[in-house]
Amino acid sequence: MAIETKETYGKEYIETFSQQKSEPNWMRKFRLEAFDRSESLAMPKPDKTNITKWNFTNFKHQSEAEESAIESLDQLPSDIKVFVDTEKEDQNFVLLRNQVAVYETLDPTLVEQGVIFTDIFTALEKYPELVQRYYMKEAVAIDEHKMTALHAALVNGGVFVYVPKNVVIDKPLQAIFWQEDQELALFNHVILVAEENSSVTYVENYLSQNNEQETVANIVAEVIAHDNASISFGSVDHFARGTTVYMNRRGVAYRDATIEWALGQMNDGNTVSENVTHLIGDHSVSYAKAVSVGRGDQTQNFTAKIVNHGKHSNGIILQHGVMKDSSSAIFNGIGKIEHGGTKANAEQESRVLMLSKNARGDANPILLIDEDDVTAGHAASVGRVDPVQLYYLMSRGISQKEAERLIIHGFLAPVVNEIPITAVQEQLTQVIEGKVN
Amino acid sequence: MSGSVLEIKDLHVEIEGNEILKGVNLTIKGGEFHAIMGPNGTGKSTLASAIMGHPKYEVTQGSILMDGEDVLEMEVDERAKAGLFLAMQYPSEISGVTTSDFLRSSINAHREEGDEIPLMKFIKEMDAAMDYLEMDKNMAQRYLNEGFSGGEKKRNEILQLMLLQPAIGILDEIDSGLDIDALKVVSKGINKLRSESFGCLIITHYQRLLNYITPDYVHVMMQGRVVKSGGPELVERLESEGYDWIKQELGIEDVTVGK
Ligand SMILES: Nc1ncnc2c1ncn2[C@@H]1O[C@H](COP(=O)(O)OP(=O)(O)OP(=O)(O)O)[C@@H](O)[C@H]1O
Ligand SMILES: [Mg+2]
Repeated sequence: MAIETKETYGKEYIETFSQQKSEPNWMRKFRLEAFDRSESLAMPKPDKTNITKWNFTNFKHQSEAEESAIESLDQLPSDIKVFVDTEKEDQNFVLLRNQVAVYETLDPTLVEQGVIFTDIFTALEKYPELVQRYYMKEAVAIDEHKMTALHAALVNGGVFVYVPKNVVIDKPLQAIFWQEDQELALFNHVILVAEENSSVTYVENYLSQNNEQETVANIVAEVIAHDNASISFGSVDHFARGTTVYMNRRGVAYRDATIEWALGQMNDGNTVSENVTHLIGDHSVSYAKAVSVGRGDQTQNFTAKIVNHGKHSNGIILQHGVMKDSSSAIFNGIGKIEHGGTKANAEQESRVLMLSKNARGDANPILLIDEDDVTAGHAASVGRVDPVQLYYLMSRGISQKEAERLIIHGFLAPVVNEIPITAVQEQLTQVIEGKVN
Repeated sequence: MSGSVLEIKDLHVEIEGNEILKGVNLTIKGGEFHAIMGPNGTGKSTLASAIMGHPKYEVTQGSILMDGEDVLEMEVDERAKAGLFLAMQYPSEISGVTTSDFLRSSINAHREEGDEIPLMKFIKEMDAAMDYLEMDKNMAQRYLNEGFSGGEKKRNEILQLMLLQPAIGILDEIDSGLDIDALKVVSKGINKLRSESFGCLIITHYQRLLNYITPDYVHVMMQGRVVKSGGPELVERLESEGYDWIKQELGIEDVTVGK
């Protein structure tokens, strides 16, 4: 399997690619080293999901399409426009079309304050040291398994977000990654760094339409909140059926820092998605909220994990999944309190709503506690639409279909309502609508 | 418009294999207010639930007709659209669905597709009804019945009744859990609907409610049947003497059913 990748996208290819992108030397070396590692590393083994037959090798690394820049938000293609609050001026917005940055805009006052929000290649060119400081250092390591190593070797897009000390950004930053080319793989790398006392809201969307055409998305997001920083991270992932997705979103929170996740995991293809946050600092906090809808015959494996290292650190996980058709999904919720994390709190709740007899959904709650003076709790359930709730709604004249729709949206609301950009929130609702009907 | 007619004939109902209703006969016409009283566990809620089509209740014999149409053949939503409404003794809580969204969906369900109520008109109507029932406007944005107090849930049921204006309303213990002021407000809401085109079946344990909403007919249920019917004077006798005299009259020892 891996042989194919090796032949098509081997060291020679990587070397040329890196040169074309005028990457700094360290980055080229980093890629090559990662490639070497990838050859001996094993694939990840997500709990209870067998991914050995999934397509991770059949893809194209670059698109032939020549992307020209987009001049204004009005010129956005309609598929993309719906995700953007276009009537609001001075958007902070980056659009990658087939991994090429075609539109970038950032409020000039933020630029003045030293905020960076740009695609990863531009960042490597303009701020190589800054990128190097964070690139697969604190959050994700190259050698976790074959997927992270291949990711590091083949990164072909991404964004870099940097918020300097004491800068508080009110308006959200938004990135859209649009895989328009049906065969193109997304080896996307997102870095978001919030320095001391800063605050930022970032929302990203992944989109594709390749129902039949197979390809791969291998995505890493590294989110670093320094002392007393606050990060709110929202997403709508909506890769089409043909894309096999490996998604790794990792947070690191230092003293008094907060990282909030609101993830709409709406891919239609086979997906492994892990969201792990390390609460390193004392009094650091993370809320990890995620929703997903499984349909067709897709198989998915979700992990929401928070590791409490710091004293008084607080980790709260909430996952809600809706399963229909003959889809299957595992929802791993992992709360881990390390030795020394006194007075830490680890809470988690995983709920799965089954809409079909042939669907499979497992909630897998795990608490691993290596410290005495802590609090922890978990709740997990897998159930069907409550017939008495249906009855109540229908007794007011609402049809069964509409009643189910209300219950499903209600079930997903705790996360959908947390998505920080109205247009994205509405879009997520639309995506859910499309998936459950 | 003259009102609808709901006819219940020889109704037998089972829950999980236990027969709870053992032949109930009752006819409610537009303009009429009926009260059903009776000790705990005698089948009052079962009757209400069977009329509305609760999934747990199985009708094994008899019929329910609404203006001559077979209600038992209808899905729950069709029953509502035929003009039936049940204010439930224990309304469901539905997380994530705001009361306001639910109300709007309910109203629209009674209208043709393409003729949905305009948002502003809906808000006006909802606000007016909430004012009338002295409800806190914030309730509209809260999730349906979630964390509502007992009394708030009851008011919310009457709010729905007022907005949907059914032909036949069945109110199952709408007074339980209400303080005196709330009882007055809720009664005011129900009385507002009084007209030739509205018939009502009020299930209650207390004269209190019936002081505010005077029934035309009063029925007493025991052992899964209507064992006595009369006028408003029956309420007073029950309030002062309890149910023993009826039990003695009929030779009933255990009033409950399904044991
Ligand atoms: N799921 C069930 N299985 C068995 N018996 C049931 C079930 N649900 C209700 N019953 C029984 O049916 C009988 C009638 O119940 P119902 O709720 O109709 O009484 P009610 O007259 O409304 O009483 P109350 O005044 O207390 O509200 C009761 O004895 C009750 O225990
Ligand atoms: Mg009852």
